[in-house]
Amino acid sequence: MNIYADRGNLLLLQQRCAWRGIGFQLTGAGLGEAIDPDAHDLFYMGGGQDRDQALCAQDLVDTKREALHAAAARGAVILGVCGGYQLLGHSYEVGDDVLPGVGLLDLKTVRDDSARLIGNVAIEVDLDATGARVVAGFENHGGHTHLAPGQQPLGRVLKGFGNTGASGAEGAVRGTVIGTYIHGPLLPKNAWLADWLTRRALALDTPLEPLDDALEDAAHASARRAAGV
Amino acid sequence: MRGAGWKGTVARAAGRASRLAGRGGTSIPGKVLLRLDPDAIGRLAASLPRRAAISATNGKTTTAAMASVILERGGARLVHNSAGANMAGGIASALLAGSGDTGLFEVDEFWLPGVVGDLKPQALVLGNLFRDQLDRYGELESIADRWAQVVATADPATTLVLNADDPLVADLGRERLSPEAGALAPSAAGAPGVLFFGVQDAGLAQERQHASDSTHCRRCGAPYRYDAVFLGHQGHYHCDVCGATRPAPDVFASDVHLDGVRGARFTLTTPAGSAPVALPLPGLYNVYNALAAAALTHALGSGLPDIVGGLEAVAPAFGRAETVQIDGRQLSIMLVKNPAGANEVLRTLALEDGEHDLLAVLNDNIADGRDVSWIWDADFEHLAGHLRRVTCAGTRAAEMGLRLKYAGVPPERIVVEATLADGLDRALQNGDGRLFALPTYTAMLALREELTRRGVTGSSFG
Repeated sequence: MNIYADRGNLLLLQQRCAWRGIGFQLTGAGLGEAIDPDAHDLFYMGGGQDRDQALCAQDLVDTKREALHAAAARGAVILGVCGGYQLLGHSYEVGDDVLPGVGLLDLKTVRDDSARLIGNVAIEVDLDATGARVVAGFENHGGHTHLAPGQQPLGRVLKGFGNTGASGAEGAVRGTVIGTYIHGPLLPKNAWLADWLTRRALALDTPLEPLDDALEDAAHASARRAAGV
Repeated sequence: MRGAGWKGTVARAAGRASRLAGRGGTSIPGKVLLRLDPDAIGRLAASLPRRAAISATNGKTTTAAMASVILERGGARLVHNSAGANMAGGIASALLAGSGDTGLFEVDEFWLPGVVGDLKPQALVLGNLFRDQLDRYGELESIADRWAQVVATADPATTLVLNADDPLVADLGRERLSPEAGALAPSAAGAPGVLFFGVQDAGLAQERQHASDSTHCRRCGAPYRYDAVFLGHQGHYHCDVCGATRPAPDVFASDVHLDGVRGARFTLTTPAGSAPVALPLPGLYNVYNALAAAALTHALGSGLPDIVGGLEAVAPAFGRAETVQIDGRQLSIMLVKNPAGANEVLRTLALEDGEHDLLAVLNDNIADGRDVSWIWDADFEHLAGHLRRVTCAGTRAAEMGLRLKYAGVPPERIVVEATLADGLDRALQNGDGRLFALPTYTAMLALREELTRRGVTGSSFG
């Protein structure tokens, strides 16, 4: 699925690996195509329109769920954004329809008649318990995502709506599986998170080689300003 | 139009007061009028013998500009709304202020259902549907569903002018096909109920763009297969499952030649015959706009000589490839507001030889869409090898700069400025030849103000 400029996220990962001399190969997995859990270090699921999401949901369960579980179990990074995040949970209820999820995150999503949650958003995350950092971006979702007790959110909402608009929680994280409503250019606006994902995916103990991130830092500051943080 | 009684008087006074207060005021009188009289659009429009409406994600303003030149050549006296004032208030304002015999209105795609019900146009252009400002308009298919309602409830006397190459639009014509024969049902006026336009030149086919929206057969839900892609998801397509195909266009362009940012040439065919056209606006997207304007004016009774003459005489609307002189340089302004529109501008720029200077102005005001994610769906990669220097400005300037860096523009060629005035100064410095400005919608309005302040005039302002 790719509707909210998900390419930006892949471009960040790809270019930053290229600049550091880290090999990067991008493979798409379409409907009906099986995936090899051992062939990839990182799996990405983006957003989609309702029709695409319904097709994807069934296909993920039919042809990809076991492989995604196996990949997560061996420590591969799985990143779901917006629609992809919703499908990482147990289910997505839209009126009388229930889309199945892959169940990698302990949560479920419900869409009722309430207004979509749309706007700039900023959250505070502490992925390695090494100090809080800010992730800023834009959210636009009709679904409200409810975390099960014990399911850790990705971060605490500083500005914006997050999972439900009321819980103060945004996204979810479980080991190397991460979901968030901060869509589209999540990583362009938060280059540090792209690097964190790359390190995790490659299971590196050492920091990545630093890059000239003047523009990346300015873009991050701009997204934070837009959210008012 | 002086037919709205005391309510019109109040509404016009409100517009004057708003202008005096420095708040623009283009759509204020209409908004006031509609508050006093919700049926005002229908009542005022009914006194115009001819009425036409144009809607599309991209190209409304340019298509309307083309159609107005063509219609005026035929002696029409037009009542039309100004660019941007294309919601109900703007249309009511135009009806209140204008007098003439032909109404020509561009209509915001989201507001179309209500406005068409009131206007009852003899001809309605549905030009294209692309993803645009998801935070404001919602998903593409929900707009397509709203348009399907427009088609289903349109007056039988309304001729639908549809883009055959955009399946999201062309499929709507099926609402008017007779189920047995697939033939077009004649409208009450005796003209065909649907007029399709499209591009017949398979030599223009390109690879499907990144941002191209997924399109599914409206009849059976299967994904369309493309034999040729021209622009986004526009092209020649068919459905393998139910056999649906692109309708054969009644008005089409063949032998299309794109001359960089200067213009385009093609052979125009309408039911009235064929003729060569030298269009002074660039890019395949403007060929589509020209076809929409040609089909619309044909439906309204314009002859081929007026259509060709009008298309060849059209001046760019503000910010749509308009070129002005500033500090000894040519500045060409090309509005970008969504991936499909931006891709056509970028593709057109890449046709020009040499390295360009670029001023990219990205705003995130409500009229631009608060969400600037779309820049990552536009193919700025087209420009990577063609840029000498890029100056970024606007409320989200840094994100524009970052997009260009990841598109392959060397970072040392990218400059980010805090204000539009500084950005314009910087972009004009240390260079010669043409400078290209790519502003979003409110950035374009700000650029126009800045240029006027500096004493620069263009064909559409100053």
